Amino acid sequence: MQGEILHNIIAIVTTNPKSVGGGGAPIFYAANEAEREKIALYLSRILNAMVHDLENGTYFLTHH
Amino acid sequence: MLENIGAVILGLALGFLYRLYLLRIDYRQYPSYPHGYIAHLSLGFIAALLGAVALPALLAKEYAAVTFLSLAAQQFREIRNMERKTLEQLDMSELVPRGPDYIEGIARVFEGRNYLVMLVALATSSLATFIPLGWSAVGGIIVAVVLSRLKKGKTLGDIAIVRLGRVHFRGALLFVDDILIMNVGLKDAKKMITELGIGVVIEPKTDDARATLANMGQRQAINHEVATLLGARKDFAEPEFTPLCRLNTETGRAALFILPVEPDPELAVLAVRKVPVLESAIRRPLDTIIGRKASD
Repeated sequence: MQGEILHNIIAIVTTNPKSVGGGGAPIFYAANEAEREKIALYLSRILNAMVHDLENGTYFLTHH
Repeated sequence: MLENIGAVILGLALGFLYRLYLLRIDYRQYPSYPHGYIAHLSLGFIAALLGAVALPALLAKEYAAVTFLSLAAQQFREIRNMERKTLEQLDMSELVPRGPDYIEGIARVFEGRNYLVMLVALATSSLATFIPLGWSAVGGIIVAVVLSRLKKGKTLGDIAIVRLGRVHFRGALLFVDDILIMNVGLKDAKKMITELGIGVVIEPKTDDARATLANMGQRQAINHEVATLLGARKDFAEPEFTPLCRLNTETGRAALFILPVEPDPELAVLAVRKVPVLESAIRRPLDTIIGRKASD
């Protein structure tokens, strides 16, 4: 609500590298779903960010 | 002036007692701050004194005193600022904040209470100037009761039908009945939400209520109240578990999703019914011709 960077995508975690590319956010490639869950959880708790699922193998994190 | 001293004291006493009574009923908005009580009681005392001496001062032709009274009344505006600042500061460290609309409402109530106290004291001391003290005390109490009735606001239960909703996922999307709440990624979070989450559907009774529910401040107040009463199973950096109140714009229904510490669905419904309708969220489109025509 306060700053303009709040609604940016701050990180992307994916098992499907073809589904995502470019952009300003770092992309974390996970070998499988379990690893994707783990990376996303860690990033979420460290960055106080919400994990959203695009349902194509890609998660992304953003602040709300 | 001396023959009126009884009237002043009676007005002061009743006004002060009324302030005490009002403090008692606002436990939810101002949870147990002994020093906050002292600040409000002393200001209430001053307000009662101002109200109580107004008419006797006029009768004694003390016009300067009356002028000072009106000056002093200005000071009560500061109360609103004081409350607003305190609550805004505290809100920053709340896991489920009240939100600016709710804070504004609370601050206004605190300011208003001092004027109510002044009115009660004024009425009592005015009565006591002309009729016996015993009867004027009764009159003052009646005034206080009537004022309390008048200022009593509505709660959500008055303007909407509140019932339980079904918390479920469609893919990554969390729904309460047919109302979309949010997209949740983490599998563990989803599991916890399906196991412990509670959904409450709030169905507006009229188009006026629908407009009120659409207000973001009102919905934040719902989140805060329910999280206060039932607890929110959430810590910093766990945004998945934040209570959320979302709207279905097609039906006007709102749904609250919460992960309470006390997983009692019936209590969650009761808690939502008890949420005050914010003054700033009240809309009355039905009071206009356009609004009425648009609603049919």
